[in-house]
Amino acid sequence: MTYQFSWTVLWSGQTGAWLLQGILVTLQISVLGWLAAVALGIISGAFRTVPIAVLRWLAVCYVEFFRNVPLLVWMFFWYFGMPPLLPEAMREWLLDHGAEFWAAVCALGVYHGARFSEVIRAGILSIPKTQFEAAVSTGLTVLQAYRLIIVPIALRLIVPPATNETLNLLKNSSVALTIGVAELTFQTRQIETYTAKAFEALAAGTIIYLALCLAIATIMSRVERRVAIPGMIVRGQSSEF
Amino acid sequence: MDFRVVADNFSFLILQGFIGFGSFAGGTLRLALPAIVLGFLLGTLVGLARLSRTPWVRLPSTIYVEFFRGVPLVMVIFWFWFIVPALLGRSLPEYAVALTAFVVFEAAYFAEIVRAGIQSVPRGQVEAATATGLARAPMMRHVILPQALRNMIPALVTQFIVLLKDTSLASIIGYVDLTKAAQIVNNREIRPFELYLFIAVIYWLCSYAMSRYVQKWERTTDPNAT
Repeated sequence: MTYQFSWTVLWSGQTGAWLLQGILVTLQISVLGWLAAVALGIISGAFRTVPIAVLRWLAVCYVEFFRNVPLLVWMFFWYFGMPPLLPEAMREWLLDHGAEFWAAVCALGVYHGARFSEVIRAGILSIPKTQFEAAVSTGLTVLQAYRLIIVPIALRLIVPPATNETLNLLKNSSVALTIGVAELTFQTRQIETYTAKAFEALAAGTIIYLALCLAIATIMSRVERRVAIPGMIVRGQSSEF
Repeated sequence: MDFRVVADNFSFLILQGFIGFGSFAGGTLRLALPAIVLGFLLGTLVGLARLSRTPWVRLPSTIYVEFFRGVPLVMVIFWFWFIVPALLGRSLPEYAVALTAFVVFEAAYFAEIVRAGIQSVPRGQVEAATATGLARAPMMRHVILPQALRNMIPALVTQFIVLLKDTSLASIIGYVDLTKAAQIVNNREIRPFELYLFIAVIYWLCSYAMSRYVQKWERTTDPNAT
């Protein structure tokens, strides 16, 4: 059988608008998920290194539980599993306000937060212990030492693995199609369904993902050069999982 | 909350969904184990090719790795799902599509681990092996790879965990793995909280066991000794 290529399906009719819509939604859930993940990652990553056993234990539970379960299962859990446990009024409100969108943001944020946590912990552990001791001996409390000294330095050290994790988050946002979020992969499938041009639709989606990844990597390498502390950098395996 | 639904469907979820015995061609382990073995073999070849001195071997393998690391797995699964029937003129079973997609996709990640592992072997080893008169291929097999493999083990097991979790995505093309099995049961019983929590625990047990193994390995081997 011969396949008739027809690249015009990508911009004729509605399909162009669908693709743009898909890019927009992908960026929205990725950016919101990223903000949640970074916030959770900084807090739990810092907790894992503080000299307070309860906080360390809490952070270990969070990280080990969330990163060891597939993102898809978390998507299902937040979208199908949680709403029946919520009060009636809240459930109604969520269903009217794009429950699948917020479930996807939650799943991405919590799952990648656990992974960011490992990156940030590695960053904090790579700072010489004397830095913390010096901060505390000048009269700062543990909280102040972390807020003013340790976390800012750690964030400057972990740009390369954090870039890796950011790219993972962007790629993983495609899993949101399983709960019906109209992101980029969802839209490429929709184009495939309407036009029966699988090759063109998937090629468009693939190229857009590659371009987004390249753009993020370029921006982050600029950031890396600007914030790098000479002689200190964290590279390595901790970012992969 | 009523966890009887899990007990009632336990054998379907575990035997059919997780292991792969039953009326459907499914199973998380039946997909993950061959994907790990084949993905690692393909990844080793690609990783070795990336270190080749010949540009026409190095360049395609570099493009391969960079391409698949820049594309979501969901996209790759859809590629195989839609393109293979168009190329072959007939559709393949979900199992074949999912296995091919995972092997091809994960090989790119395994290739990077193999490359990093080989590069972690000190230069002096290569020089010593050359000095004793070994050619490049036997040197690779007897001197470099055995040492590289040792250094790779933590990263490899970590990638196994990633792969095991990724197999849940095979459910989007209808492959009956643990996630799909839970969906099937849920469609009948409407107990999403209990069912998805249960499969989360199953995935967790497997991943956590493997990650504990990595931690133990890293503790018992001195990171500075290569």
